[in-house]
Parts: sequence; C-alpha cells; structure tokens
Amino acid sequence: MNEAVKVMKYGFFDLLRSRWIFVYTVFFLLITGGLLTFGGDPNQAVLSALNLVLLVIPLVSLMLGLSYYYYTRDFVELILTQPVSRPAVFLGHYAGIALPLALSFLIGTGLPFAVYRAGNETDAPVVFSLLLAGLLVNLVFSALAFWIGLANEERVRALVIALGVWLGLTMVYDGLLMGFIVLMQSYPIERSLIALSLLNPIDLSRIVVLLQLDIAALLGYTGAVFQRFIGTAWGVAMSLSSLVVWIVLPLLLALRTFRRKDF
Amino acid sequence: MRFAGRVAVSLYLLVVSLGLAVGQRSLEVCSGCEFTSLHAAVQQAAPGDRILVRGGVYREGRLLVDKPLSLLGENWPVLDGGGEVEILTITADDVQVRGFVFQNSGVSHIEDLAALKADNVSGCVVEGNRFSNNFFAIYLAGSEHCSVRNNEVTGAATSEAFSGNAIHLWNSSSIRVEGNHLSGHRDGIYLEFVQDSSVTDNISEDHLRYGLHFMFSSGNEFRRNTFQRSGAGVAVMYSKETVMVNNRFADNWGSAAYGLLLKEINDSTVADNTFFRNTVAIYSDGSNRIEVTGNEFLRNGHAVRLLATSMSMHFTHNTFTGNTFDVTTTTSRSYNDFAENYWDNYRGFDLDRDNIGDVPYRPVRLFSMTVENYPQTMILLRSPLEQFLDYAERLLPVFTPRAIEDDRPVIGKP
Repeated sequence: MNEAVKVMKYGFFDLLRSRWIFVYTVFFLLITGGLLTFGGDPNQAVLSALNLVLLVIPLVSLMLGLSYYYYTRDFVELILTQPVSRPAVFLGHYAGIALPLALSFLIGTGLPFAVYRAGNETDAPVVFSLLLAGLLVNLVFSALAFWIGLANEERVRALVIALGVWLGLTMVYDGLLMGFIVLMQSYPIERSLIALSLLNPIDLSRIVVLLQLDIAALLGYTGAVFQRFIGTAWGVAMSLSSLVVWIVLPLLLALRTFRRKDF
Repeated sequence: MRFAGRVAVSLYLLVVSLGLAVGQRSLEVCSGCEFTSLHAAVQQAAPGDRILVRGGVYREGRLLVDKPLSLLGENWPVLDGGGEVEILTITADDVQVRGFVFQNSGVSHIEDLAALKADNVSGCVVEGNRFSNNFFAIYLAGSEHCSVRNNEVTGAATSEAFSGNAIHLWNSSSIRVEGNHLSGHRDGIYLEFVQDSSVTDNISEDHLRYGLHFMFSSGNEFRRNTFQRSGAGVAVMYSKETVMVNNRFADNWGSAAYGLLLKEINDSTVADNTFFRNTVAIYSDGSNRIEVTGNEFLRNGHAVRLLATSMSMHFTHNTFTGNTFDVTTTTSRSYNDFAENYWDNYRGFDLDRDNIGDVPYRPVRLFSMTVENYPQTMILLRSPLEQFLDYAERLLPVFTPRAIEDDRPVIGKP
C-alpha cells in the first residue's frame, strides 16, 4: 500500500501542477459562482450545476483521464521495472488522476455554495447530494477512462471509444429508454424502468440529486411503484450503492487488464 | 357631538341597569364554589346568565346548553370527554364559549361526535378555546351568524377513518371563522352547504387530508389563510362565487397533494395568493370563468394543471418562478387565456423596451406533453435528453399546443 500512496502522490502533484486541472477548477468556480450571484435562487443554481455534473464531468474525466494515462505510460513502465506489486501501482495511478479531478470539482462547486449559503441550512441536503453525485460521477468516469486506455494501445481509437461511451450514456441511453417506455406503455414497466436507470451512472446521479428536489413527488404522482421505491431511504441507498458498483466494476476490469498487460 | 355622547352614555346605563334588573347573574363553578359541577350550574342558570368556570378538570359526560348563556373559563378549565361522549352541545341561540380546554371527545362511526357542537342556532360565539385530541373539534350544523375566533385546535389523527375535522360547518350561513390555528385532523376547515361566510387569518396545517375542503358552498370568502403541509393540500368543489385572496398554500408536497384543487368551481376569483412547493399548485377540473391573477407560483411541481374540461379561466399578472412545469394540460385545445404573466423560463426579447416580451411564451413544454401521454417518462426529468427535446421544440414548435400561450409575457420580475 505504501507504494500505492507513493505513486498516487506523484500523480496527484504532477496533475496539480498541470494547468488543465487549474482551468477545470476555475471553470467550476466561475460557473457556480455566477449561477449563485446572478441567478438568485440556490435551488435553480443546483439544477444548473446538475447539468454540468451530467454532461461536463463525464466528458472531462474521460478525456483528461485518457490523456493523462497515455502521458504517464512511460513512467508507469519505468516503475514496473522495480520490485513493486502491480495492483499497488495501478491503484496509486488511478487515485493520482481521479482524486485531483474530484477535488477540483468539490472546491469549484462547493466553495461558492459554502460562501453563498453560509446563513441558510435549508438547502444543505440538496447541495450535499449534488457534490456527492459529482464526486461519484468523477470516480466512475476516471475508472472508465483507465479501462479504455489500458485496453487500447491506439490513442485515437481510445478517444473515439471514450466519446462514444459519453454520448451513449448521456443521450442515447435515455433515448432508448424513452423508446422503450413508448413501445411498452401498456405493460407494467415501472420495475424494469427503475432497474434500467440503475444501469446508467448518469441517470443514477441525476436521480440521486433530484430525490432531494422534485422528482420524488412528481414520480409518485405518476405511479405508486415509483413512489414506493423512490420515496424511501431504500431508494437512496440503492442508487448510491449502484454508483459504487459503477466505480468498482470498471476498476476491477482495468486491474485485470493491467495485471496481464505486457508493457 | 356632546348630545350624542350623552345619549350614548345614558343608553349604556339603561342597558346595564336593565341587565341588572332582569338579573343577569354570574354563576361560579369550581371545587369550592357555589356550584361544583358545570351541569348543575347550567341547569340553575336563567337565560342570559354568565357562568364563570375556574381552573380544574371537569368530567361530566355530555353537557347540553339549551338556553342563551355565556360560558367563561378562567385559568383554562378542562372539559374532558373521556374518549366517549360529545363534550358540549349547544341548541340555544346566542351562546358564547370562551377560555376552555376541550379534550378527548368520543369517536364514532355512526354519529359525528364533536368537542363542541352547535345545532340549529344563531349568534353563537366560540372564542379563545383550546381543543386537543378530539374527533371533530368545532361542529356547526344548520347555524347562522356565528363566529369561531382565535381557537387553538390540535388533533392526533392517524387514519382518515378514525378522525374528524377541526372546524366542520354544515348547512350554515354567515359564519365567521377567524384567526384559528388548526392542526392534526382529517380536514382543517370543512364546509358543506355553507353560504355567505368568511374564513380569514387562519393557519391550517399538518392534516391527514385537506387543509381546507368545501363543497356546494357558494358566496364565501377566504382571505389571508395559510394552508400547509397537509396530506392532500386544499380541495374545493362544486361551488360558485368563491373569493380566495392573499392565502398561502405551501409544502403540500406528496404524490397526491395539491396546493389548490378546483373541481367544478365557477365564477370565482383566485388572487394574490402564494403557492410555494406544492406538487400541483393549481389543479383545475371542470372549472369555468375564474380570474387567476397576481398569484405567485414558486418552486412547485406543476404550477398550473388545466384539464380539458376547464374553460374561460383568465391567468393574468401571475409570477412563475422555479417551477418544474409551468403549465401542463391534457389537451391540445384550450379555451383559457394567459396574459402578462412573468415566466422565469421565458427566453424571448423586448426590443421596444415596453417590458412586454415581443414573442409569445408557450408554457407547455414538449417534455410535459410527453409525460402527459407516457407518464413513466417522468423518470427522464431534467436529463440531457429532456433538455434537447425542449430545445428542439423551441426551434421548431410542432407538438406543443398553440392554444396555450402568453402573448404578452412580462419581462423582469414584478
């Protein structure tokens, strides 16, 4: 584990020095600060920030994750010549990229909310769920980026796959879901719908945030099955644990590839 | 002026001495008084007498007041029904009840047992009492010219079948319900066949069903009340000429909750109210000719839900901010109109600077039409796909109903 921490430290500070992570942080600071300053209503600000979480974070995590993976490939190769365990190097490497990204999101979004909402506690759960969702999405897509990078030697191919994954999970998946609902309308599909939305990390993180806002009541208005699932702590626990599975699964797959990979 | 003053004074003296002459007595009830039971005092009293009840707990079964008396509690005497009986029944005109605590009335599925029931009377006054843990608290049947003021009513209702209403008015007229604080019953204020009455400055909250519920009650006014956190919000049905002004409908937030449900309400006014965080702020079914003006809709699920059966509703000068859906409807045709409202989702412009947007606003979004037809698509709420659909529809409006639009949307929050 000591080795993992060392590798992580290297990656962490290396990435902190790069200007991309700085730009990324400032981007969140400006957008969230602007939303809160000019938008007024903190709830609306959360909803707009949610769009960033759903669209920008996956894209940036994938792209930065991939380019950083290729950028540090030589370094990793060098490290592996030393007597260190591969899982330790892998975990350190992953944490070294995922943590700075997560940190810059947390600072960039959390700081303005902390400053503006200092006096009022009512919206705390909403803001907290937004930060949690953003953090988890970050970890999920960094893991995916690593896996894609490890599985593809060719940089361009990996980038195309990453873009495809991003587009698929943000838009195409929901489109298919809508098609499914329209086609199967006369059947009791609520349960399968819930299961299908658990399969997509972006839908999941959206639901985690909206559970604190309006979706609970509005979904309950459309059906009792939704109400029973979503209106309870069970729903929250289920969504969060599915997101954790979404982090662990790509990581395990990537780790398997990493162990077997002939550098 | 002086002459008038003198007349007033002498009139006053005359009335007072007359009262003394007829013998308006004051009977006291307490453990060491002339009367130890309220029952005995009421039986001995002559019409017009005043009964002063001092602090203590009185378990006397059902108390019938059949002559015009004024009951006055001092230091909160408690009338306890022991969970079995109706505590106080009034069958005479001009009875006044002030300063009592009513608790534990009986519960019945056959009779509407109440803590205080006035049956077929006129001029009753129920003021400044506390009610706790009763089936029905204040029940006026077939009565007129009564007032129910500044009472504190708390219930411990857990199921609709085993609970009554805090204030229940049936077949009555000219009743004033003012400044009461009601919580924890089935319905907060219930009116059925009630005319020419006013409900003002009450707070009605945390009820199992509705904060306010009325049916077949026309010509009533509701002003400055707060209706919040009730299981299903507020429902008003089958009535005409209702005025609802300056009320606050808040946090009626649940899967089947409404800020204000209008079911066949005609020729009425809904003005200057605040709707905050309700699942559906105004739900209109079969309601016609209603002025909805100057209201504020803030952070509701559906701000306005118009069923196809609603006609000639005029929405003017309202403010819509932070609602998930501004307007939803079941139909592509609509015979209602919207004008000069403020919509925070309006994306138009105002080139001539008259504070009126130059392009109309369509409050019904494509996504809300989709949800209307396929309710389960609600799970895609606020997804990138939803925003893409709405954006596409804004560029090429095809699906959303043309009939519902605000031709003159206001720019800048009023």
